[in-house]
Amino acid sequence: MIEVKNLTKQFGPKVAVDNLSLSVRKGEVLGFLGPNGAGKSTTMRMITGFLPPTSGGVTVGGDDMLEAPNLAKARIGYLPESAPLYLDMTVEGFLGFTAELRGKSGSEKKAAVDRAIETCFLQKVRRQAIDTLSKGYRHRTCLAQAIIHDPEVLILDEPTDGLDPNQKDVVRNLIREMGKTKAIIFSTHILEEVEACCSRAIIIDQGRIVADGTPQDLRRRASRAGAVHVVATGLSGGAIEKELGGLRHAARVEGSALAESFSGIVWPKPNTGAGVLAAEIYQLAGAKNLVLSELHEDQGRLDDMFRELTSGNKS
Amino acid sequence: MRNVWIVFKRELISYFTTPLAYVLIIIFCFLSLSLCLFFGGFIERGDASLSSFFYFHPWIYMIFGPAIGMRLWSEEHRMGTTELLLTMPISPWEAILGKFLAAFTVLAVTLLSTIGMVFTVLSLGEPDVGVIFSGYLGSFLVGASSIAITCAVSALTRNQITCLLVSVTICLVLTLIGFPPISDLLRSSSFLGIKLGFLADICNGVSLFWHSTEMARGLMRIQSLIYFISLIGFCLFLTSVIIRSKRA
Ligand SMILES: Nc1ncnc2c1ncn2[C@@H]1O[C@H](COP(=O)(O)OP(=O)(O)OP(=O)(O)O)[C@@H](O)[C@H]1O
Ligand SMILES: [Mg+2]
Repeated sequence: MIEVKNLTKQFGPKVAVDNLSLSVRKGEVLGFLGPNGAGKSTTMRMITGFLPPTSGGVTVGGDDMLEAPNLAKARIGYLPESAPLYLDMTVEGFLGFTAELRGKSGSEKKAAVDRAIETCFLQKVRRQAIDTLSKGYRHRTCLAQAIIHDPEVLILDEPTDGLDPNQKDVVRNLIREMGKTKAIIFSTHILEEVEACCSRAIIIDQGRIVADGTPQDLRRRASRAGAVHVVATGLSGGAIEKELGGLRHAARVEGSALAESFSGIVWPKPNTGAGVLAAEIYQLAGAKNLVLSELHEDQGRLDDMFRELTSGNKS
Repeated sequence: MRNVWIVFKRELISYFTTPLAYVLIIIFCFLSLSLCLFFGGFIERGDASLSSFFYFHPWIYMIFGPAIGMRLWSEEHRMGTTELLLTMPISPWEAILGKFLAAFTVLAVTLLSTIGMVFTVLSLGEPDVGVIFSGYLGSFLVGASSIAITCAVSALTRNQITCLLVSVTICLVLTLIGFPPISDLLRSSSFLGIKLGFLADICNGVSLFWHSTEMARGLMRIQSLIYFISLIGFCLFLTSVIIRSKRA
């Protein structure tokens, strides 16, 4: 559905997006991650045809954004980052206006507006002027605008920003639901959100893709993934640490040794599973009368991986 | 064309849901009538003509046009809605045209509300209806030109005050260069032995003031029409260039 090829955007000497390529199929929800200023919004602005790329191209459903912009744009629903709205209109008036621009009129327009209002839970405020709405309602009004024509492609820039926990959940469910039949790209700074609704995630840093895969894949790339967490008492912390380091399957031990206890992480040797190491630790505990209050495998955490991939180059 | 209509409708409604349009209409009527009555010698002259009424219009439009037009794109840039509007399946010129026509309509409503002047002179005597029509057309075109100039300036900035000041300055220059004292000054002076009379003619040719006073006298030249229409067209074209290059 969405094909992005070698997309580059320069603002003066600054390269905001650097030779970025990706593609999203129907039925895929792509989470777009990256630190502030990584180029997420800039990429989305180019995909939606707001910013012309410095080089590279975008096609949406086979239509080139530069050559047939109106065809390509008609397939896209877009929620910009700041959720801009015409403040002097009512919710209903605004949605009616966008429905008309999307080519609907008469009863079709009315049905589209009603459906969007219902989907985004705006019934209470439908006749209210937008400048009197709270931030969350404004955000939802702009989201309603993005789905008003039931587009094949959705580009959502931080769709849950400013929503309360209940509404965040509603929007995540909505994204997951719509993801079955649409191609969706959404950006977020909330990593759980990625695990909750994406089938794929991309991390970009300084305009380049640094990781691409399913959320599970990405989690496993965290350096701690597969290590074993241990909290034990029974000997002095230093002694426990030494014992652990001496295990046959242990490669490295890291943690804090207190007078009476040890708490830390043990990495298995290459080609050794965390399970084998954990079993060995369990045996050790039996032999040395240690009390294990914690012993489990690290599943890898998305935010660890995120930090490791994107914090190295603070230039 | 459908998209132009949709944008036009939204823009026009927004003029009249905020007090802006009403305030502007009232100020225009007040200024144009009071200037004409107190400084134009409308009553002392005693003849049934509107030339003293139209004489002040270019001066009023210097501020009135920018005041109508300053929100067209500035407001859109400030609220960030440019990003919404330009990612809709419409072309930028449809948005530009729709917005310009909405401001244009506010101008038309304003001028229509001074129609009382026409009935006044009709009751005073037998005015030349052709001259009145030509005066109104000239006034309308000057107004439309200043709106088009403001439209281009407003595409440049998100700050309405900046837009207002810059547009007023441009309109002021375009008005002043055709103002008779300035033309006379040019005609009577020379630079390095070259007579500057030709400059006065050029200045008149590009001046809003000169074209509108000629039309207020009933001289509807085809050159004047071409001047106004190409000025408006150029400004709208400039707007689309600015909007495109601002995103690049
Ligand atoms: N119009 C512009 N002119 C100049 N530089 C810009 C412009 N827009 C964005 N940038 C720069 O491009 C880079 C990428 O910005 P972008 O908004 O895409 O980041 P982002 O990933 O969306 O960040 P955030 O998480 O904060 O939303 C930033 O360094 C930003 O300063
Ligand atoms: Mg952003």
